[in-house]
Amino acid sequence: MTLQSTFKPVVRLREHIGDINPKAWLSAALLPIVGVLVFLGLWQLGAAQVDTSLGQFPGPAVVYDQAHALWDEHRTERAKEAAFFERQEERNAARVADDPTYEPRIRDYPGKPTFIDQIGTSLVTVLAGFILASLIAIPAGILIGLSRSAYQAANPIIQVFKPVSPLAWLPLVTMVVSAVYVSEDPMFEKSFITSMFTVTLCCLWPTLINTAVGVANIEQDLVNVSQVLRLPTLTHIRTIVIPSSIPMMFTGLRVSLGIAWMVLIAAEMLAQNPGLGKFVWDQFQNGSSDSLGRIMVAVLVIGLIGYGLDRTMLQLQKWVSWDKSTEQR
Amino acid sequence: MTKPHLELTGVGIDFPTPKGPFRALDTVNLKIREGEFVSLIGHSGCGKSTVLNIVAGLHQATRGGVVLDGREVNEPGPERAVVFQNHSLLPWLTAWENVQLAVKRVFGKTMTKHEMKDWITHNLELVHMGHAMHKRPSEISGGMKQRVGIARALAMQPKVLLMDEPFGALDALTRAHLQDSLMDIQAQLGNTVIMITHDVDEAVLLSDRIVMMTNGPSATIGEVLDVNLARPRDRIALADDSEYNRLRSQVLTFLYEKQRKIEPIGSRSTASPKKASEVA
Repeated sequence: MTLQSTFKPVVRLREHIGDINPKAWLSAALLPIVGVLVFLGLWQLGAAQVDTSLGQFPGPAVVYDQAHALWDEHRTERAKEAAFFERQEERNAARVADDPTYEPRIRDYPGKPTFIDQIGTSLVTVLAGFILASLIAIPAGILIGLSRSAYQAANPIIQVFKPVSPLAWLPLVTMVVSAVYVSEDPMFEKSFITSMFTVTLCCLWPTLINTAVGVANIEQDLVNVSQVLRLPTLTHIRTIVIPSSIPMMFTGLRVSLGIAWMVLIAAEMLAQNPGLGKFVWDQFQNGSSDSLGRIMVAVLVIGLIGYGLDRTMLQLQKWVSWDKSTEQR
Repeated sequence: MTKPHLELTGVGIDFPTPKGPFRALDTVNLKIREGEFVSLIGHSGCGKSTVLNIVAGLHQATRGGVVLDGREVNEPGPERAVVFQNHSLLPWLTAWENVQLAVKRVFGKTMTKHEMKDWITHNLELVHMGHAMHKRPSEISGGMKQRVGIARALAMQPKVLLMDEPFGALDALTRAHLQDSLMDIQAQLGNTVIMITHDVDEAVLLSDRIVMMTNGPSATIGEVLDVNLARPRDRIALADDSEYNRLRSQVLTFLYEKQRKIEPIGSRSTASPKKASEVA
């Protein structure tokens, strides 16, 4: 990737904006704002009509306040944690001074994870599950796309497992992880492994199928070129197959990542594994007057992160793909 | 005449269809000398491309076979380089990289890096692409893409250069320009060439021999016409040349009287009485 080709889309974009007439530009900037404002208004009106056992359904203003409160709680918790470690260090230093043979133990902070921590946990889990799924699905998809026999052998399995809901996998994955992942000093939490594998199992399929279809539909002319040159299989895959199927591959990856994110939230709720799903469930069980507002904050954050993940994939595709005309959709 | 360079003997091919095998080609016999320029001409769907693909090794003949320099052809290989109709450049590589892919495969073990670099540049300059070597296919015109396709094939130093309607998708001016380039290159390098064409003028202008094919099914060689016009040939001078016009009218007579193909008007794209898609 040369510097020049990286910057080309930016230049093209600028030319585009120059072409657009001011009226069209205004509506492109204004209409989304109008849409959001109308939505907020309807939300406020609708929320006022709904009374629940936990109080009135939260409108935008309440949700905004709760978002603030969650952020403040996070800040306070972090300060407490820092103080806790400071005290611990002082104590340990004092004991070592008294008794040089004493080996200081570092205790973990016992506080509960905050909303922000839960976001972090969920993001790490979803990315781990998605990357693992991609590492399996892309090579498998290339194999299935290249070989008719492999396709015929794998097809029934793909078709049966593709529509399985994550919640059906979850108990099995939990039991298997408990039985197999046994170690004195585990590198990862069991709950992390369980959530990750559940995500992997559910988001394998779109990438696998799209990659296979992309590979199977390479232009025959390009395959002929490769045959005339007698390219060895690996060179053929590297120079012809992968570049040709990158657009389809990324279509699959984007769908997979979307599914991964949705599956993860559901799995965390059901399994009580740390993450945004657990946060939502805890708030629901908590049943305070703040709960609904906090759940709504989580809903919005989940949506924004899902959107952000999709955009990131699109940028990645633009960066990797030779075809810079990929549409922003 | 010495031993033929390339020999097709009794070549025939059947394609399987739900209604049983479809005999696309039958008993195609052809001997080609080294350095000869042979055109295959015929109506669409007559199996010209199939003949070329069999020589390239992309299709396997059902009957008969192809022998190149005493060795039977049964798989594709760079000694029989193909220039495809729609250029078939890899869109993610620049012109230079497209040629490099071929050169690396063919000369990777015999040339040094520096020699390969010179050889790639040399071939691109041969087809007058020296100024746009580092552009991608999407950034250059159709004629330029076809030039790069030709450079890629020439860079393999093939024993036989196979061209499948190389100029078919180009406008008339670009086509004339490329035909002249091809004649120059052919005069310099003396490649053996088999070219498929629809264009009678192109066939007469470029060829030493024109092989005219009958319509399918069971298409085969109808007539072979020797073109003994002096080289270098000049298209403007030839326009008034009586021999040129005699040859031209012979090909036209073959195509439009002897092998007239009756196709209902307006059904070219829908009805295909000869399963053109399978044969072409």
